[in-house]
Amino acid sequence: MEYTENNSTIDPALRDKMTKQNVFVTTLDFIYNWGRRSSVWPMQFGLACCAIEMIAAAAARYDIARFGAELFRASPRQADLMIVAGTVTKKMAPNVVRLFNQMAEPKYVIAMGACAVSGGPFADGYNVLRGIDRFIPVDIYIPGCPPRPEVLLHGLMQLQKKIDSQSIRKAEWYQKGLKREFPIPELGPHGLVPKFNPEVWQPPETDHRATHYGHVIRTGKKTKAPNLEPVAVTPSSPSSSAGA
Amino acid sequence: MPLMINSLKDALEKKFPGIKLRVLRDSVLLEDPQDLTRITQYIKESPDFRLDYLSSITASDFLDYLETIYHFYSIEKKSGPWILRVRVPRKNAHVPSLVSLYQSAELQEREAYDLFGIVYDGHPDLRRLFLWEGFEGHPLLKDYEQEDTNTLESRDVEWLKAHGVKVPETMEKNAAELKASGKRALAEKPAEPRQA
Repeated sequence: MEYTENNSTIDPALRDKMTKQNVFVTTLDFIYNWGRRSSVWPMQFGLACCAIEMIAAAAARYDIARFGAELFRASPRQADLMIVAGTVTKKMAPNVVRLFNQMAEPKYVIAMGACAVSGGPFADGYNVLRGIDRFIPVDIYIPGCPPRPEVLLHGLMQLQKKIDSQSIRKAEWYQKGLKREFPIPELGPHGLVPKFNPEVWQPPETDHRATHYGHVIRTGKKTKAPNLEPVAVTPSSPSSSAGA
Repeated sequence: MPLMINSLKDALEKKFPGIKLRVLRDSVLLEDPQDLTRITQYIKESPDFRLDYLSSITASDFLDYLETIYHFYSIEKKSGPWILRVRVPRKNAHVPSLVSLYQSAELQEREAYDLFGIVYDGHPDLRRLFLWEGFEGHPLLKDYEQEDTNTLESRDVEWLKAHGVKVPETMEKNAAELKASGKRALAEKPAEPRQA
């Protein structure tokens, strides 16, 4: 991930010297980001099997509390981070967008697992949204099916670096006219209306999925069905079987 | 398994003379869907079978016809699964409902109705189960035409504009063209098999 380190302009030697005299010098950006990155509270919210790995990351063995992200909030109003853990079905997608809209700024999104990133193994289905980034901006993508808890921790550390790179002067959530209310899609006759939000996501120029391995991935109409009727077996002549 | 299913077929033929049955692999096919209710009542209550548990109702699309498939178990006699099949035409598919015999049939028949469009006559509340109201079509039918989720249609463009979202001109133009030609944006049709 591209990020810029939030280097303090204070001379480190001078800072250490003053710390020994019980004088603490910091920058506003540093202490502001230190506070934010050390208490990223995720929303308690799981959609499918990736949520189990998220729970494992929160439990004693992997212990996401070491990174200050142990307080899974049951309300979007109190959460900083939405971990979209699992398959987002078209029926669930409006609710995910609505929950994201209800979160207070600054807010971040981790798309955890192949399904939340791109639809995963269900991308060709009639019922699954091909990636939550079609409707809300995603900060960290974690591939895997499901990703192991270590990878979620790594994603969280990457997010902390991103938080660290932000500056209080340039932070978009303090700017005037920030539009962070994303339109909630509706359930239409063939799927979601709209299919994606072009301000957030646009389809790639070339669809590499469609031409992967040199053939079109089979979706839509099928033409074969298994034949259950018993097939009349022609008795093989003993001479041919002996020859074989 | 074939022995087991043959015993069911023989018992049914003995009980209901003139009934049309066929054994397909490990299941019994009823030629006439209207026989389903009396057969199920018999196998549920007859002391030889006592199929007191209807485990699943599902359906399958064979392109020429639809099949509804029932899996029964007997908790009392610890036997099963006993599989019944019913064939119905693809258009205007009607099967008698089993809700009056097995309460567990209610949700499962709604599911099969939702995904295959098979109407279960006598069901108390036949609505879609998984998909929302207003969804058109039954997506597990093999001729279901799936939308292409990468192409905006005029419905999407109008919706986005009404919600104050900027739509790129190429997408808008594409949607207008689709609407003018009266087509929907559909997912890829199957390709020819890959050359060996």
